[in-house]
Amino acid sequence: MTDLTLAPNLDNPDDIYEDLLNAHDGLSPEESASLNARLILVLANHIGDREILRQAIRAARPPDP
Amino acid sequence: MHDEPLYPYSRSTDQDARNPVRHRIAIVGAGPVGLAAGIDLAMKNIPVVILDENDRVSHGSRAICFSKRTLEIADRLGLGQTLLDKGVQWNAGKVFFRDRKVYDFNLLPEAGHSRPAFINLQQYHLEHALVERIRSLQGDGLPIDLRGGGKVEAVRPGETETAIDISTPDGPYSIAADWIIACDGATSGLRDMLGLGFTGRVFEDNFLIADVTMEVEFPTERWFWFDPPFNPGQSALLHKQPDGVWRIDLQLGWNIDRKAEVEPERVRARVSQMLGADVRFELEWVSIYTFQCRRMDRFRHGRIVFAGDSAHQVSPFGARGANSGIQDVDNLCWKLAAIINGEAPESLLDSYDRERIQAADENILNSTRSTDFITPKSDMSRIFRNAVLDLSERHSFARPFVNSGRLSLPSTYDGSTLNSADLLEGGPYSSRPGAPCPDAPFNDGHLLDHLGGRFSLLAIGREAPTAANLPIIASKSDISPEMRERYLGKARSAVYLIRPDQHVAARWSFATAEDVRSALERATGKTP
Ligand SMILES: Cc1cc2nc3c(=O)[nH]c(=O)nc-3n(C[C@H](O)[C@H](O)[C@H](O)COP(=O)(O)OP(=O)(O)OC[C@H]3O[C@@H](n4cnc5c(N)ncnc54)[C@H](O)[C@@H]3O)c2cc1C
Repeated sequence: MTDLTLAPNLDNPDDIYEDLLNAHDGLSPEESASLNARLILVLANHIGDREILRQAIRAARPPDP
Repeated sequence: MHDEPLYPYSRSTDQDARNPVRHRIAIVGAGPVGLAAGIDLAMKNIPVVILDENDRVSHGSRAICFSKRTLEIADRLGLGQTLLDKGVQWNAGKVFFRDRKVYDFNLLPEAGHSRPAFINLQQYHLEHALVERIRSLQGDGLPIDLRGGGKVEAVRPGETETAIDISTPDGPYSIAADWIIACDGATSGLRDMLGLGFTGRVFEDNFLIADVTMEVEFPTERWFWFDPPFNPGQSALLHKQPDGVWRIDLQLGWNIDRKAEVEPERVRARVSQMLGADVRFELEWVSIYTFQCRRMDRFRHGRIVFAGDSAHQVSPFGARGANSGIQDVDNLCWKLAAIINGEAPESLLDSYDRERIQAADENILNSTRSTDFITPKSDMSRIFRNAVLDLSERHSFARPFVNSGRLSLPSTYDGSTLNSADLLEGGPYSSRPGAPCPDAPFNDGHLLDHLGGRFSLLAIGREAPTAANLPIIASKSDISPEMRERYLGKARSAVYLIRPDQHVAARWSFATAEDVRSALERATGKTP
């Protein structure tokens, strides 16, 4: 079983962060939410592994109080 | 057809008996589930009496989609071909989102099965075929009695038998039965009479269903719309049935005036908007339904057993209502027959409870997921749903997420106490113990035509031991590629013990007579 990578894994974090923000240029909050949803679906399919995705969801959710 | 009494009330000699006449098995309800149960038992020579307050097939089409497993069970009951001849087969469909078509699909059925993945057929045709089958069994002298026009008013369970009070046009009478199968539908009176609950989730939604006949030729496809201009914010379905009848399903939402919505003029206007103003059609049947996903905590209560909608109810998406009810019958009847014939202890019925509750939970999960896709319950679930549909137009990866109903597939009884350990090394996962036998070309025909109705041993590429008088179904020398793929996998040969309902009880690379005997004991509930 592979594990989700949570250590730094990108050579160019600033560029990638900028790409993510640029993708939302000129979009309303609702359009942005839709874009994010589509992006997540595209990435989920690329990852193609339910266990990794579940780990990612746990990592992204606010910690339990 | 709906107006024709098929089993009109006629006075039974039981009504003139001094004391309640005792029956082996009484089935309450002559819907698809009760009728099928009667046939299954009568074919095993177990006497049954079926009681229904009505005397005809169900009004309106109701269930229209019958799965391959239902057809295979119907084959075993002797009416598979009748259903197939009458039904419509289809594989193609379209999905629409808002004002555009997002994609076409073709289900491309897997090869090597004797029956298609499903057919479309009105429920009343199925019921009609079941009643005809009962008539032919009666002609052959089998012990099955179908009584219309008698409503079960009360059941009084006793030590070994249950008293049943029935009201008829001639007044009330009572009978007694060793066993009762309650197939009295989603609003089951028997459930209430016994004070049993039916819990689950109610969906706050209404669907308008209309059966229409049309003069134009639409292709034989399933069309599903999400948020179409003619029904904004809701969904719609168009599907073909036999006799030039089309099923239209329009989601209406929760706060509607139900009476106004079924006014023919109102319905005609809606259908016109959907089909186009120039399409001429006739309304055959209109109804509004809401739905629930719920089940009983247990299906077996002593010698009263619930099957079909009385035991569990699902949303219509995925066609799991009638299909799963028929599988209940498939699971229940051989067990009941084995108990009555003294071949198994009564506790065997606990496995009906476990196996079919497992199946009901699977069906409820699937139909709940479809419902949540079709009717998103939060802003974010709507955003994701729409994201899937948007993506599906350009990217095939998104299409498997689109969920307007998942095809009803039979459950595998993983973990059932009737299963023996899997001793076929390299054997395919899909035919592991608990699984329904996949069909495949076998000898001169199809495998499933050789199995079922009784326990049997399937020997593939090797001999099977003679044990417990079990019939042996042996492959001839050339084994079809589908047989290899579905039953051997990496193994060179195998022996399978198959239950009367065509589920796998045990499998081995090599089996001794003792192995087979002990697996059979397990599968009949004799060893825990
Ligand atoms: C709109 C719609 C679409 C559907 N589509 C599908 C589909 O595509 N595929 C699918 O598999 N399922 C579908 N279903 C579900 C399907 O119709 C039911 O699951 C099926 O009818 C259940 O069969 P049953 O025999 O358990 O109960 P029912 O068909 O409800 O039969 C119960 C019988 O019991 C009798 N009865 C009740 N109480 C008494 C009493 N006290 N005394 C005597 N008799 C009594 C009734 O008269 C009736 O004949 C659909 C349902 C609806 C409403």
